[in-house]
Amino acid sequence: MYLAETRGSTSTKVDRKWRRVPANVVALGVVSLVTDISSEMVTAILPLYLVIGLGLNPLQFGLLDGLYAGATAVLRLVGGHVADRWRRLKAVAGIGYGLSAVSKLGLLAAGSSVAAIGGVLALDRAGKGIRTAPRDALISLSTKPENLGRAFGIHRAMDTVGALLGPLVAAAVLWASFGDFDAVFVGSFCIAGCGVLLLVLLVKDRPRTGPAVAVPLRGMLSLLGIKSFRRCCGWAAMLGLVTITDSFVYLALQRRWDVSTALFPLLPIGTAGTFLLLAVPFGRLADKIGRWKLFLAGHAALVLALVLLCGPVTSPWLAVAALALHGAFYAATDGVLPAAAGPLLPEHLRASGLALLQTGQALARMVSAVLVGLVWTLWDLRPALLLTTAALLVVVIAAAVVRPWKEA
Amino acid sequence: MMKKFLVGALGMTLLIGAGVLYVVQARTGGPAVNARPVVAGRLTLASGNLYVSNLAEGPDQGKLAAASVSDPEGPRQVGGLDCDRFATARGTSICLRVKPGSLPPLTEMLVLGPDLEIKHQQTLPGTPSRARVSPDGTIVNWTLFVTGDSYAATGFSTRTGLYDLKQRRLLKSIEELPVFVDGRRYFASDINYWGITFAADGNRFYVTLGSKGKTYLIEGDRRRFRGEAIAENVECPSLSPDGKRIAYKQKKSDGSWQLAVLDLATKRVTHPAEDRAVDDQPLWRGNDTLLYALRRGTSSDVWSTPITPTGTPRLLVPDAASPALR
Repeated sequence: MYLAETRGSTSTKVDRKWRRVPANVVALGVVSLVTDISSEMVTAILPLYLVIGLGLNPLQFGLLDGLYAGATAVLRLVGGHVADRWRRLKAVAGIGYGLSAVSKLGLLAAGSSVAAIGGVLALDRAGKGIRTAPRDALISLSTKPENLGRAFGIHRAMDTVGALLGPLVAAAVLWASFGDFDAVFVGSFCIAGCGVLLLVLLVKDRPRTGPAVAVPLRGMLSLLGIKSFRRCCGWAAMLGLVTITDSFVYLALQRRWDVSTALFPLLPIGTAGTFLLLAVPFGRLADKIGRWKLFLAGHAALVLALVLLCGPVTSPWLAVAALALHGAFYAATDGVLPAAAGPLLPEHLRASGLALLQTGQALARMVSAVLVGLVWTLWDLRPALLLTTAALLVVVIAAAVVRPWKEA
Repeated sequence: MMKKFLVGALGMTLLIGAGVLYVVQARTGGPAVNARPVVAGRLTLASGNLYVSNLAEGPDQGKLAAASVSDPEGPRQVGGLDCDRFATARGTSICLRVKPGSLPPLTEMLVLGPDLEIKHQQTLPGTPSRARVSPDGTIVNWTLFVTGDSYAATGFSTRTGLYDLKQRRLLKSIEELPVFVDGRRYFASDINYWGITFAADGNRFYVTLGSKGKTYLIEGDRRRFRGEAIAENVECPSLSPDGKRIAYKQKKSDGSWQLAVLDLATKRVTHPAEDRAVDDQPLWRGNDTLLYALRRGTSSDVWSTPITPTGTPRLLVPDAASPALR
């Protein structure tokens, strides 16, 4: 009797907790989870496929790859704008998911032509670029403003689960098909197809209420006229400019602690695991104490991680701590930024605004990677790290003093 | 609501079903007969044999195979050994193969004795690219493609290492080799090495150094552990048996290479008659013929060409890669 009672009461508690997260956000999370399994499957086997399956020289392939990084940034803006203009967030996100799904079959068709494979991967990334802004706008518009941090936290956590499962599924398919790469591509396509299907069936588009508002292309730039949003974009880009790219963090870790090359691929899993654990609690915390505060705290965690990386002590526990802080940085920033910016934007321009914000941040991080690479080449890894750490610290303090807007 | 559920269940069942069906078909659907005839049995090192990685479709795809030099297109002999890359000298052989089911990919490096028995085994990260044995049979070396350690997230880099059979010493990467370009010590974070070739003394070696979009031919001294750039735009060097010339692939444009031969004494570069894009570390047969793999679709063939510009390339072994001569 007593047992049954307690069990009953906890389950309603859980129920209530989940009810505060709109079904649409959970649905979008499921779609992202399934899609990420599909895309990480391909990412995991691509090197094997190119070298062993096709006998290509990957160095030759790497040349193609760099070209497309910038293209996605532009497509993100296009996706955001078109979604607002048609007032169809779900449809545009669906096109993005669909493009990526089709590209998996494209890999089958591309054969051994380097140009064709490059084109297919570009299509995949175009899909990712197009879908991101309308998807985040949907999450933002489906959630009560006070719960946005938690909603984005749940979405990002589900997304990460998919990314962690992808390589495992790929390994299972390779094992089951006796090493047939095409089977991985077909499997990846089938899973991506399920993702699209789930999106179509489960996700509800924003109800189109009120008269249509014309959304000219200038509308996107006019968003920068909103003072709080402009400042948010500015600081996000400034922080992006002094944020170090993941690969540098892993390389520094590897050098510092002499991580065996076989263990090297585990480092990103350490980051992703921490991200997964902390995304939801940090999202809730952001809702409570203020999202911009947590966003800055996340960058402070990165400063700490970098200090551990270049500091004088080399205990292996510090390597673990640095990785955990790196994951915490992501948990406190990746979903928290759109959660913070969403309410600053008018509803009919939310996809455009989020696209603008995230594109600015992404481009700033690309520039940062180039700069850090340059300093590394000129001097060495350690000066490059120290310089970034100092710059990051200065910008974080500045952003904390000059707050972009007053948080409730 | 019910309709939605049915459509969803049906659609996902179809998709997952199709995927599973494909996997099952891939499992059993592979050709049961070798596209090129093979003779199965025990494979041994015998002079007059040309060793290749058998790429012909069928159950023996990926196996190390021996073809007769006098009849290279005849049936090939296979044993039980899988090798993506193979090289041999003086009774010592190296075999590189992808470790099945490893993600991210790992390579098994096998050191083989005179009867192709496994004497040493090592698992290394990456996918096989090049393999060689020093002419005295004391050092095996390899190049692997590795992902994830360049700062372009999707970039690849190469890692070159060697194993000394006499001292039983493993050097996983020669990246720390002090290198001099134009007489000055060269430092860069993006240094990549690939394709080593050793001289007969087992001490002098040549290797490609790639950095900042350029490639250099490095002449190295293993005992003093230092290297010096002696030429540019040289990749995958291969030293002739008489030690006088280096055959290599020379970059024409991004993604396209041609065979070239450098005379070490005069620094003169000549080109064999082969005008197709060769992306391989050439192998010397005597002092005036080169063997190399040439890609054809998703397979490749082993060809030979005289080093003179007037010679004619000849197809040696179809559906094969990584030629090695005993």
